[in-house]
Amino acid sequence: MVTDATNTAIGDKIRCDACPVMCYIRPGAAGACDRYANQDGQLVRVDPHIVLERTVSHGGRLVPFQVTGDWDGKIVHQPDIFVTAIGAGTTYPDYKPAPFIVSSEVDGVDMVTVVTEGIFSYCGVKVKIDTDRYLGPETATVRAQDEAVGHVTTSEYGSQMLSLGGVHHLTGGSKKEGRVTCDTLMDLSNCKPVELTIDGGATVIVQAGHPPIVNGVAEERMRVGCGSATIGMFARQWHAKVDEVVVVDDHITGVLSEHQAGKLLDIADTGIKMKGHRSTPGRYFQVAEPGTGWGGTNISDPLAILGPFDVREARPGMTMLMVSTTGEHAGYYVLDDALRPIEKEMPPDLKLSVERIQENCEPALCTVLFMAGAGGSLRAGVTDNPVRLTRSVKDALTRVTSGGAPVYVWPGGGITFMVDVTQMPAGAFGYVPTPALVAPIEFTLKLSDYAALGGHMDHVRPLSTLRNHAEIRQAPSMPGRRA
Amino acid sequence: MRRAPQIALLPDGRRLHLQDGPIDLIVEASGKEADVRSAYEAAVRRFKGLLDELCAELAELRKPADPLHCRLEGVVARRMHAAVAPFAADCFITPMAAVAGSVAEEILGAMQGAAQLRRAYVNNGGDIALHLEGSERFRVGLMDRPDRQGVMRTMTIDADDPSRGIATSGRHGRSFSLGIADAVTVLARTASQADAAATIIANAVDLPGHPAVVRCPATDLQPESDLGRRLVTRDVGRLTRGEVGMALAAGESVTLKLLAVGLIDGAVLCLFGEKAFVGMRKLQAHGERALKIA
Repeated sequence: MVTDATNTAIGDKIRCDACPVMCYIRPGAAGACDRYANQDGQLVRVDPHIVLERTVSHGGRLVPFQVTGDWDGKIVHQPDIFVTAIGAGTTYPDYKPAPFIVSSEVDGVDMVTVVTEGIFSYCGVKVKIDTDRYLGPETATVRAQDEAVGHVTTSEYGSQMLSLGGVHHLTGGSKKEGRVTCDTLMDLSNCKPVELTIDGGATVIVQAGHPPIVNGVAEERMRVGCGSATIGMFARQWHAKVDEVVVVDDHITGVLSEHQAGKLLDIADTGIKMKGHRSTPGRYFQVAEPGTGWGGTNISDPLAILGPFDVREARPGMTMLMVSTTGEHAGYYVLDDALRPIEKEMPPDLKLSVERIQENCEPALCTVLFMAGAGGSLRAGVTDNPVRLTRSVKDALTRVTSGGAPVYVWPGGGITFMVDVTQMPAGAFGYVPTPALVAPIEFTLKLSDYAALGGHMDHVRPLSTLRNHAEIRQAPSMPGRRA
Repeated sequence: MRRAPQIALLPDGRRLHLQDGPIDLIVEASGKEADVRSAYEAAVRRFKGLLDELCAELAELRKPADPLHCRLEGVVARRMHAAVAPFAADCFITPMAAVAGSVAEEILGAMQGAAQLRRAYVNNGGDIALHLEGSERFRVGLMDRPDRQGVMRTMTIDADDPSRGIATSGRHGRSFSLGIADAVTVLARTASQADAAATIIANAVDLPGHPAVVRCPATDLQPESDLGRRLVTRDVGRLTRGEVGMALAAGESVTLKLLAVGLIDGAVLCLFGEKAFVGMRKLQAHGERALKIA
């Protein structure tokens, strides 16, 4: 135990900047506060953890005491308490039982919650941005503060997808890249706004639970469906009110007269000639380049996607509605004697159909799923036999939560999970200078099952013993979203 | 990293919790409701910025105290120095030995100045500043070892007693000890004095050179420790009953001197379940109960 200072690598020390004491902390030791410690060169938090109270409205029970500043979230305790891992600390999970192993009676069954905070180098966020606007080409680099933090991945229905973080950006690049990536992940996970710039694309401000702001314009709605789907949904409402409808969409532009839905209504051919290439009748790909104009294309004049009308089918006086998939853009046209579409005032019943499209578009939001793997040593804090915890999770005997929020555990090896950050309590995420994110993770299982999988039974504490040392926060309503 | 002091009432709605960096205070006052509120507000006002104030002089606070001269400027820093100065001529001590008690005293002082209180305490991790008036009293539980639950004794302090400070020091606490005492609890006129004296007595409960005592330089554990390369106790192996008695006796003789010159009002020294009581007449045996000040 007696060691010589000269034998100790000075480089292992961490300077903690959590408070003005600025402790130098040696590996395995804690700072003067006992709240921050050095674990293998990483600064970790060992604060009192947070007991999350699953109560939606608690207004009258708050104990207000703060002369100035923000309410810090402490409230009088009430039943239905869930212990979260936030602030549980991560000191030495490799060889010490998780900071809190709590037992509580739930429905008469003695339950155990193993509470720890994971340090996740293998972690990132998947961002879903509800917009048809073009944010950038697939696989394009996404940057924050000029540093590469992720990339554009395959888009989903009505949404653009970003994949950010991951071990490559966190620890594989320059120091600054790692730090900026870590900050970006932490801010996104803590529901703060982050400005992201996509190479060859747009600048977008992303905040979980809020509409995206693309190139300075806040997105309002998701598209109701692709252009073809929109035709299918509204064909009946357009029937006999207009001769042709084109629903402009970056993905699939729909044409009523050619579309199966139009055929079923015996809508006559109009001689319309679309640019782009036809997929199946009435469905066109690539009518224009992607962009932030009509229906996620780069066009501001929809007529640009039309060729000349076929003189054999078209006739002067024919009417046409062009509309985007969100109803945000719409125009009404009448063919003149030369069969050229001329924009006219839209009849009221068609206006109504455009408004109906708008009404059917859901509010556009950014959603952020935090994704991380708890496959490694973190499990040793929970049980003597780590793989049994993994199996127990797979067998659904053990429920995994993150900050009390439900998670999706990815099938296959390890415990790789995803969680909606808006379901988690405020400030649930922290970081260590590795850089890596610190996120809460809880495993809840029957006491008997816990014993069976080699749990640290001698460290199980009744819930009541934690209350005096814990903060109690109001849980966000589930499954609603945090305001 | 961003820092914001924690300021909140504990779930019982009575006690105030103030935390900033290593300072962690539990505060309770009784009196008229408006007075309690004013006192708590005053405590919060004084608390804000207190750590920064101390850190501004941290380098000086970590140096051995000069027994005669104080180069410190902050009121809390000067109180720390004043508390350790009586010991500084005879042994190594830095003002840091009294930091917890001095902070507790400062916050209590702010509360006393802001309101008329019947009773109040500021508990800074076991170093406690007390306020008592009239027929009010505190029942104080003494713990065998600071790292364990369980009270071995309780004692009562009433307004007629001179003591307004309680502090506990030992090798299981947050700060390092040069001695081997499990716990030394001291009553003194002020929390800062109690804090400094508890440190001195806990250091004195010792068996110098004993092979069962594992020590290492303080700076190996905390690079900036005010104790420098002095050997601090990390572990204590098996000791005979006689050895435990010898260690306690060494501490006791120091304690008696401090009592004689009025630096303390009493102390309890604990080592491996053995206890030595000095000037503690009001102690009563007590069962296993959580540490409590009530």
